[in-house]
Amino acid sequence: MTLLLRTLLVVLLLLPGLARAEGEAAALIEANRALIEKPSRQTIGPFIAELAASGDPMAAQILQAWEGKRLGLRKADGALFILAAEGEGFVLTDLTGKAAGTAAKADITELKPNAGVRGLIATALVQFTLSGPDMAARKAALDSIARDPSADHLGPLRGSIAGEDDAALLAQKQRLERLLTLQFDVDSAARVAAIQGFGTDLGLDVRGALNPLVATKRQALAGELPEGANLARELTIGRDLSRDEAYDLLVGAGLAPARLTLADQRAALAANLKDGAVAGVALAELATQGARDQAYDALEKAGLVPAAATEAEVDAAIKAHRFVDVYAEADPAVTAAAQAALGGIGTKVGAMQAADLALDAISLASIYFLAAIGLAITFGVMRVINMAHGEFIMMGAYTGYVVQLFVPNYTLSILIALPLAFAVTFAAGVAMERLIIRHLYKRPLETLLATFGVSIALQQLAKNIFGTQARPLTAPAWLDGAWVLNDVVSISYIRIAIFVLAMVFLGFFLWLMKRTRLGLQVRAVTQNPGMAASMGINPDRINMLTFGIGSGIAGIAGVAIGLFAKVTSELGNDYIVQSFMTVVVGGVGNIWGTLAGATLIGGLQKVIEWLNPSNTLAAQTYMILFIILFIQFRPRGIIALKGRAAGD
Amino acid sequence: MMPKTYLAQNRSVLIFIACLALFTLAITLMSEAYGAPLISTSFVKTLGKTLCLCLVALAMDLIWGYAGILSLGHMAFFALGGYMAGMWLMYARTEEIVVQALAQSPLPATAEEITQGIATQIFGVVGSSDFPLIWSFAHSFPLQMAMAVLVPGLLALVFGWLAFRSRVTGVYLSILTQAMTLALSLYLFQNDSGLRGNNGLSGLQNIPGLGDVGQDKLSIWFFWASALALGLGYIALSFVVSGKFGSVIRAIRDDEQRVRFLGYSVEGYKLFLFTLTAIIAALAGVLYYPQAGIINPAELAPIASIYLAVWVAIGGRGRLYGAVIGAAFVSLLSSWFTGGRAPSIPLGFYTVNWVDWWLVLLGGAFVAVTLFAPKGFGGLFDRFSGRRSPDRKGAALGPDDGSLMEKEAEA
Repeated sequence: MTLLLRTLLVVLLLLPGLARAEGEAAALIEANRALIEKPSRQTIGPFIAELAASGDPMAAQILQAWEGKRLGLRKADGALFILAAEGEGFVLTDLTGKAAGTAAKADITELKPNAGVRGLIATALVQFTLSGPDMAARKAALDSIARDPSADHLGPLRGSIAGEDDAALLAQKQRLERLLTLQFDVDSAARVAAIQGFGTDLGLDVRGALNPLVATKRQALAGELPEGANLARELTIGRDLSRDEAYDLLVGAGLAPARLTLADQRAALAANLKDGAVAGVALAELATQGARDQAYDALEKAGLVPAAATEAEVDAAIKAHRFVDVYAEADPAVTAAAQAALGGIGTKVGAMQAADLALDAISLASIYFLAAIGLAITFGVMRVINMAHGEFIMMGAYTGYVVQLFVPNYTLSILIALPLAFAVTFAAGVAMERLIIRHLYKRPLETLLATFGVSIALQQLAKNIFGTQARPLTAPAWLDGAWVLNDVVSISYIRIAIFVLAMVFLGFFLWLMKRTRLGLQVRAVTQNPGMAASMGINPDRINMLTFGIGSGIAGIAGVAIGLFAKVTSELGNDYIVQSFMTVVVGGVGNIWGTLAGATLIGGLQKVIEWLNPSNTLAAQTYMILFIILFIQFRPRGIIALKGRAAGD
Repeated sequence: MMPKTYLAQNRSVLIFIACLALFTLAITLMSEAYGAPLISTSFVKTLGKTLCLCLVALAMDLIWGYAGILSLGHMAFFALGGYMAGMWLMYARTEEIVVQALAQSPLPATAEEITQGIATQIFGVVGSSDFPLIWSFAHSFPLQMAMAVLVPGLLALVFGWLAFRSRVTGVYLSILTQAMTLALSLYLFQNDSGLRGNNGLSGLQNIPGLGDVGQDKLSIWFFWASALALGLGYIALSFVVSGKFGSVIRAIRDDEQRVRFLGYSVEGYKLFLFTLTAIIAALAGVLYYPQAGIINPAELAPIASIYLAVWVAIGGRGRLYGAVIGAAFVSLLSSWFTGGRAPSIPLGFYTVNWVDWWLVLLGGAFVAVTLFAPKGFGGLFDRFSGRRSPDRKGAALGPDDGSLMEKEAEA
């Protein structure tokens, strides 16, 4: 097989210089008729290679026809034709490309090569596809080689580079050629050069090609290394592998007898049970491991069971052997170069992963910030515990879903949904303030419980109206996809949009509180409602408006969160505790504190997830534990209000 | 044991104990096992579980109604107690099964084989076959029962010490306890937490060693145990809240600063109460989960603890019988509505199906109670007992978040 491939390769490499005359293909086929009519995978290789290399423009067509089972023999004279089905018969084309009339189905014997042969033909055809006139086909062929590279492709690929006129495809071909070279070239120096040529390229394809080169196999050796083995490292018992692993390797390699497992021991003892005793040990006494070992030893002495390896024998066997990691790749120069390249790439990937982690953390922080910013108003400024805040987020998300039912254009529907969600939750917030919270100012614990009542009622109402299954809230197409910096660092557009939205809200909040009359009044009412009232501010109206705005922002956050999370009646539940944590950790009453809290919590959660990637639940657990401890040291949060503004 | 004057001063305790005894007797006489089979075994279990919930509501009333600490973590202690009891139940029950299975093999089983068999049986579902460290005591009933008290107790002690030490009060403490509950439930949801992840512990209704006793008898036994626990808990807690200690914790509820300035160790009192109530909650859990048969991490979702506060509020906080009535009323009503036994109301254009609408009703009722009837069911009793609210011109008893409102207080 290797010989065959080599032949194929050499022939294909010589291709450009071998432009033979037209009709060459026909002649070749005529000379190998027997092979074609009864092809077999073992024998057909050289012929296909020769045909492909003939330089005859018909060769590609003939091979394609052959692969597609469209080559046939005319029964009358045994001539070969390319067939095209038409009605009950075939339109014939002879092997030089000339039309040769038609024939009835009965007059033709179709050639049907088996799958193995067709595979060989397909490989040969790659070269024609790679140099063919159709750009889409060339690209598809390249992609298919990249997906499943093999040594066969190297030759055709190299052959096709010179004739490539499209710049992008040329670059792709050259990159792929180098990737194939470093894996399959016969020349060690060329492979090393190809590896070094990539430098610290971050592409997954490069790492995918390099990793198999440094793959190792763990072996136990009785004597010296076998000839040509590429040693990765010698293993020390105790440091690199445990005693048990070492012995298992010996057993696996057939160099030592298997140790007696407890199950085998049990079976052997049971098999030698005689008159209620095993080798003199009474059956009832066999309820401890010590007694069982004793009985087995006795059986062993009597020669009734095979000898089990004792601890001393295990030690001796391990001592008598060497344990090594051996590269699957035989060339030490290549493995060394690959190791060095992977090391360099690894460092760079580490840095990039840190950058990616930071991006992830920022995006999670913006989600928390978005979910918490409404609370920063209702809880942070007004000191009202609103357990239904999460349900306002859910209402916003469902508003988006309902709008999408009526407005099929996603961009337009989101643009409508944002203000509508604000309006809906603003109204809900004002209603709740008027009906419930107004009566419970200064009673925060009662507020907590009453708003919790509202929360479970709203959740169940949403369940009754929309059902328990998740509803889709689809982002517009321009938010699909991700901003890809390289194979390591990328961030989806939705997350960027959420980050932007969070920043917009931060700006809005600052503007509202610091630059508007309403903000001034809000601050006045929260600091001293009596004094504010005597200055002509209506505290009832201000409280109502403030609570409404806080709730309305929760609604908008709901639309944004609904774009990437499942819209269910429990959507709010997932965010409520985190949101309160964000506000408390950041410091109540200060929007910068909320921002800091969101950044801290988001960043921390991502870092813990990175340390323990399999388990996001654990990340949340540890994060909450951290927050509980954090509150110990800064009970008023990261940014604590001082003096009168603190309210005590 | 108790001074005579104590019971004479607390008639309500005697009345409560008498009612509880009568109720227990009545249920026993109507049960399938010991009387006219008027009520089903499953309903006896429901009643037994309700008594356990009343006990944990008592604990909640002590910490919230009397000490003003709205803890949203007591159902976590309740479930932790259940987990600890469940570990022994599951271990011992699985041991019986494994020993029985190994008796079929020709050789007598070694202790290691039995342990290995139990581990495989219990943890096969989460892809493990070794006992985690926290199961070290599960083989022994007394040790594991000690764990059932110690684990929640220590958790409450450490958490309470951290929280009270840094003067976390009011809503902040509520949010912090809620976070603790969430963290604990998220932790238990993991498969490698050692408590079978979201599968939880199951088959707890089978009591080891009592395989041939039917569930009808077991349910009554547990009902008795729950009633006994509730009665003892009631007496113990009413003893705690009477006398000087009770006065101090009520004062802490209404005005913590003033109590501190008077020289009391506020943190010490709070920590003692927090830990004591956590242990009572855990004991209630120990009795509850063998009757429920299964425990999983969803049991300690933060919402469960909020429901606990809801029961106490509906019953009327700051009075022990209120907590019991609230818990019994709401949880029984809840199981009646969600069990599908409540009749639907056809409105012509829409049928109100109570399985779907019960939570809406409960939420609404809760808002209404908070707004209009802060005394809850306790208010009904005040009509008979002649207890009146003080005239404080609308002011609460003190400046603290947990202080009693004018209407809740006793003149």
